[in-house]
Amino acid sequence: MIIADRKPLAELLEMIQDCDRILILGCKGCVTVCNVGGAKEVGILASALKIARKKEGRTLEVDERTLERQCDPEYIEQVKNEVGDYDAVISMACGVGPQFLSTAYPEQRFYPAVNTTSFGGAVQHGVWEERCAGCGQCVIHYFGGMCPIARCSKSLLNGPCGGSAGGKCEISKDVDCIWDMIVRKKTEQGRLEDLLDVKPPKSWDTARDGGPRRSVREELVQ
Amino acid sequence: MSDLKSGSNLEKVLKAGHFAFTGECGPPKGANVEHLKEKVAHLKGMVDAVNVTDNQTAVVRMSSWAASTIMLQEGVEPNFQMVCRDRNRLAMMSDILGVSAMGIRNMLCLSGDHQRFGNHPQSKNVYDIDSMQLIALAKKMRDEGRFLNDEEIDVPPRLFIGAAANPFAEPHEFRPYRLAKKVEAGADFIQTQCIYNMDRFRAFMKRVVDMGIHEKCSILAGVTPMKSVGMAKYMGKMVPGMDVPDELIQRLQGAGKGKVAEEGIRFALEQIEEFREMEGVAGVHLMAIEWEHRVPEIAERAGMLPRPRV
Repeated sequence: MIIADRKPLAELLEMIQDCDRILILGCKGCVTVCNVGGAKEVGILASALKIARKKEGRTLEVDERTLERQCDPEYIEQVKNEVGDYDAVISMACGVGPQFLSTAYPEQRFYPAVNTTSFGGAVQHGVWEERCAGCGQCVIHYFGGMCPIARCSKSLLNGPCGGSAGGKCEISKDVDCIWDMIVRKKTEQGRLEDLLDVKPPKSWDTARDGGPRRSVREELVQ
Repeated sequence: MSDLKSGSNLEKVLKAGHFAFTGECGPPKGANVEHLKEKVAHLKGMVDAVNVTDNQTAVVRMSSWAASTIMLQEGVEPNFQMVCRDRNRLAMMSDILGVSAMGIRNMLCLSGDHQRFGNHPQSKNVYDIDSMQLIALAKKMRDEGRFLNDEEIDVPPRLFIGAAANPFAEPHEFRPYRLAKKVEAGADFIQTQCIYNMDRFRAFMKRVVDMGIHEKCSILAGVTPMKSVGMAKYMGKMVPGMDVPDELIQRLQGAGKGKVAEEGIRFALEQIEEFREMEGVAGVHLMAIEWEHRVPEIAERAGMLPRPRV
């Protein structure tokens, strides 16, 4: 899923400083699963903004709503009758949501409440980690089911750099060295030879480097 | 000598069977050419080639190719370093052609320290290709006369291709294999990370010799004399992939006030003596960090002078 982190309250207050009435729009997709932008977090943010405003001696009217998804025009359309009633709308979806909203309702201002960070999953309760870089040409099967493009700080394809120590990456003790994990797994499997060929340079033309990506399923296009 | 790959002094020294001795020089944090020339002057005649670092520790400095060119003008052979952090494949290939055109004949291919360590941690890194692929790229350009996309090169570069090896990084058991891959990719010579844990290095070299890797490339053992106890502790704790045993720190501490640097040099000299005899080691790479002026003394005391003329 898409992982995101909430923006600091001060940044959000700054965004809406000239607003008296706002709508906070949550999303029931990925951001609900990673506990950052679902109905619950919409409620928490609404309270936090109102309290902060009260401290400033001003009031803020906040309505709350959470859509099924914000990456689909079908659901974006559900707010068409109310979206114009506010000074601004804060979207708690990933970076996709406020863009779909902005396109659908060009008159309104939409602010992102979260910083979208990565594609990943929960490794324990309350902790999410990146797993995929969306490079457009999956190669994890060469590396014991682990992606060195997303998970090695240098996206190395030919083994661990000289900074790997104690199973950790040179950039931080909080970051696992994925190459340490790949080598260990292949060694345990008795398949170390899989890592001995020199992997050629990757083509990044399917990644973001090749320009914005577009996926088309001909059978669905009407 | 028509079978030389690059015609560099380092290549000739190694080919003639001499025990090679290389140095290192970091470009200035500015366009201070005089300061660079001063540092280079200390190394002249003392070593066979001098590594010119490429924004080392991700701190921005004068470009390695420009500093290499200045070095060349000063009569010292550079070993031009290139990291994968700052250039994509287009920039790499054009710089490879550029340095070759300027008469630079050695090139060391490195991944590069992550920018998080440097003075611009906000920067975007590149890592379009990795160090292994950079080695293979340089070899392809030189030997096949072709770019990565197979287009023909109008006068291919002539370079003696180097790579790094860190026997102390983990997983330890994979390090000889990674070295073997670099040689397979096209490395003509290898310079290792600074060695302090001699036991681990001996074990690493034994494995390298058993695998026959030393017969396909020249391995230069990395030596950096410790200037102080603080430096030893810092390198052991803060520099990724560095292994500084407690015994060495204790030895330096025991040297007494004002004598630590001399003890550091003595340890380096003992290392060099052992490397001369160690199977599979073809030379020493002396990284006297901001200590270029001590290189003549170290070279002299290590019995490395005069350097062979080939």
